[in-house]
Amino acid sequence: MSTAETEYLSDIADQEYAYGFVTDIDAETLPPGLSEDTVRFISAKKNEPEWLLEWRLAAFRHFMKLLEAGSEAYPQWAHLRYAMPNFQDISYYSAPKQKAQYESLDEVDPKLLETFERLGIPLAEQKRLAGVAFDVVMDSVSVATTFKEELSKVGVVFCSFGEAVQEHPELVRKYLGSVIPHTDNFYAALNSAVFSDGSFVYIPAGVRCPMELSTYFRINERGTGQFERTLIIAEKGAYVSYMEGCTAPQRDENQLHAACVEIYAHEDSEVKYATVQNWYPGDENGVGGVYNFVTKRALAAGDRAKVSWTQLETGSAITWKYPSVILKGDDTVGEFYSVAFTKGKQQADTGTKMIHLGRRSSSTIISKGISGGESQNAYRGLVRIGPRAEGARNFSQCDSLLLTDRCGAHTFPYIEIQNPSGQVEHEATTSKIGEDQMFYCAQRGIPEGEAVKLIVNGFAKEVMAKLPMEFAVEAQKLLAIELEGSVG
Amino acid sequence: MPLLEIKNLHARIDDREILKGIDLVVNPGEVHAIMGPNGSGKSTLASVLAGREDYEVTDGSISFDGKDLLEMEADERAREGLFLAFQYPVELPGVSMPTFLRQSLNAVRAHRGQPELTAAEFLRTMREKAALVELKDDLARRSVNEGFSGGEKKRNEIFQMALLEPKLGVLDETDSGLDIDALRIVSEGVNKLRSPERGFVVITHYQRLLDYIVPDVVHVLVDGRIVKTGGRELALELEDKGYDWIGDPAEASAA
Ligand SMILES: Nc1ncnc2c1ncn2[C@@H]1O[C@H](COP(=O)(O)OP(=O)(O)OP(=O)(O)O)[C@@H](O)[C@H]1O
Ligand SMILES: [Mg+2]
Repeated sequence: MSTAETEYLSDIADQEYAYGFVTDIDAETLPPGLSEDTVRFISAKKNEPEWLLEWRLAAFRHFMKLLEAGSEAYPQWAHLRYAMPNFQDISYYSAPKQKAQYESLDEVDPKLLETFERLGIPLAEQKRLAGVAFDVVMDSVSVATTFKEELSKVGVVFCSFGEAVQEHPELVRKYLGSVIPHTDNFYAALNSAVFSDGSFVYIPAGVRCPMELSTYFRINERGTGQFERTLIIAEKGAYVSYMEGCTAPQRDENQLHAACVEIYAHEDSEVKYATVQNWYPGDENGVGGVYNFVTKRALAAGDRAKVSWTQLETGSAITWKYPSVILKGDDTVGEFYSVAFTKGKQQADTGTKMIHLGRRSSSTIISKGISGGESQNAYRGLVRIGPRAEGARNFSQCDSLLLTDRCGAHTFPYIEIQNPSGQVEHEATTSKIGEDQMFYCAQRGIPEGEAVKLIVNGFAKEVMAKLPMEFAVEAQKLLAIELEGSVG
Repeated sequence: MPLLEIKNLHARIDDREILKGIDLVVNPGEVHAIMGPNGSGKSTLASVLAGREDYEVTDGSISFDGKDLLEMEADERAREGLFLAFQYPVELPGVSMPTFLRQSLNAVRAHRGQPELTAAEFLRTMREKAALVELKDDLARRSVNEGFSGGEKKRNEIFQMALLEPKLGVLDETDSGLDIDALRIVSEGVNKLRSPERGFVVITHYQRLLDYIVPDVVHVLVDGRIVKTGGRELALELEDKGYDWIGDPAEASAA
């Protein structure tokens, strides 16, 4: 047995050991409420160094100031309708759930299983997602082990955020908050104070990460919680493609999710970040769905650095999310490709910010919004060409497709040009799913539901094609399943 | 049994009556041409046959292969073997031809109780039928009708008809927009599809098409009514004299 395998198995053993202290762990779930003590408690639980505690506390104080300022400091510009959460009603720490909710798949909601089935999710994974007890399958052990071995050979670090704090504190300290300072926005402040866990990725100079990194395969995955924090660092000339989320429907009792993702890209590096977001959207009245307030930002710090965000957003009751790129270096490239699908009573306000600071920096924005049911779907995007950004270019294309007469699509482009040589091109279209197109499909024998899928997939294709292969097929299936019953 | 039997068909859109009592019988193996001035209701008739919901049938009946056509939804009619080659085929951006055609063909095949084609079988069939109308290879790989020229779109319609092998093909001005060579190629394609079981309704303004696709019967549609029916020489006569000589349609039907 290789050392890595041994290590992995002892990890498992550790977990089982921890399992023995179930009562202790359960007792350590914090009651609702947010105070300085909450922050100290979380930091202590995670055995964090002093500087990190201070970092959290600074964020906490800033957040409390915003909270005291009341509705004035609360972000309200988004095209969303919901009551501001009560931040004292939330529990900010609960020990990772060790105990399975169910003994076997037979106890799980058959509808959920049917969806898993149709998405082609392996049985072991189905159990993990549904919270069913399961044995570690040899298969996934070896996958995970080979995976870790291969990465460490080239010096890539891929672990949970908590592990990184323990094992690579100098890296975490250097980069944490360097792209998203805690003062950035209301939810970034909250996340910085109380973040639970997340992923950490470090690619050394000149290394091309030998495989797609996916949260799906991360060994220590235990449910990353509602305040996820992810940090990705690409050194000079490094390359990595990262995939977040999975297509399986994810339920969570936590209504509020406020994640932060920071990407730091040095000279000549390239980072691709893909997301499939399918959090619980709530029942047909929108009750109980997840509020997904995410801050994602990349700094293309060095010359010729390249960052792309690709996302398929189908879940959550409310989504508020603008993956952005600060194009600081010369000749840097930023890309944003998005498909946001809403139905029922879902609301989404999503888009991007491309901040051009470097000379000849260029950015591309392609956003496809699909609205069904009574949902509201807004694109909000900022393109800023700074005074020094000689010869910067942007191309934006925002298309909206309406599936019903009751839904809404909105486009809010903001363009600020402070250098006359900047070139910004913006195209936007809104169309109702065409009766002519539907009739054409019908005339070829294709039933209505299938025709909608065809047309919507066609509409979204340009973006879906940007997803990594592993994701693309699943993502397409997901979109097809979500589309059912969204017309009419 | 006739393949298609239309009796006293009246149809309207909004409050405007467009078809004002059409009778038409197409037997298996026959080709019927329908000619008539712009706006007389030819495309409307084609749309009503194909089941477009904008049009309301207010009177009359249509039986297709012994079944009540008006009882069926548009997609059911297509699976039953009614094919409409559109006058203006629409574009489906991002929907690739193979994806679309495979879904279409499999839907039709399932209805006939035939098994789904494997990917390899499908591609072979597709290639074979594309050759029939000399459809360029790259078109068969692009999005449905997206960026196709007018003539290419028409060719694509006939290609799809060849693929789906319907019982009845309704061709709405398939010849318009085709250059002389394309007209010949497409017509030959249609002729190859003629069979003792299959019928065609060919809507056209030009006699030239009928030189290639020789009709058994020619009808003249004016203001929502068939005002004259004859053999293929009627088309020649129309080419010569236009529609005026037929006279006022109200008079003609009164006569
Ligand atoms: N959707 C519609 N709304 C209103 N009027 C319509 C509609 N569709 C057709 N019409 C009208 O019905 C009449 C018949 O149209 P139709 O397209 O059937 O004519 P056509 O004989 O095919 O003409 P062409 O030779 O120009 O193709 C026209 O006056 C047209 O304006
Ligand atoms: Mg017409």
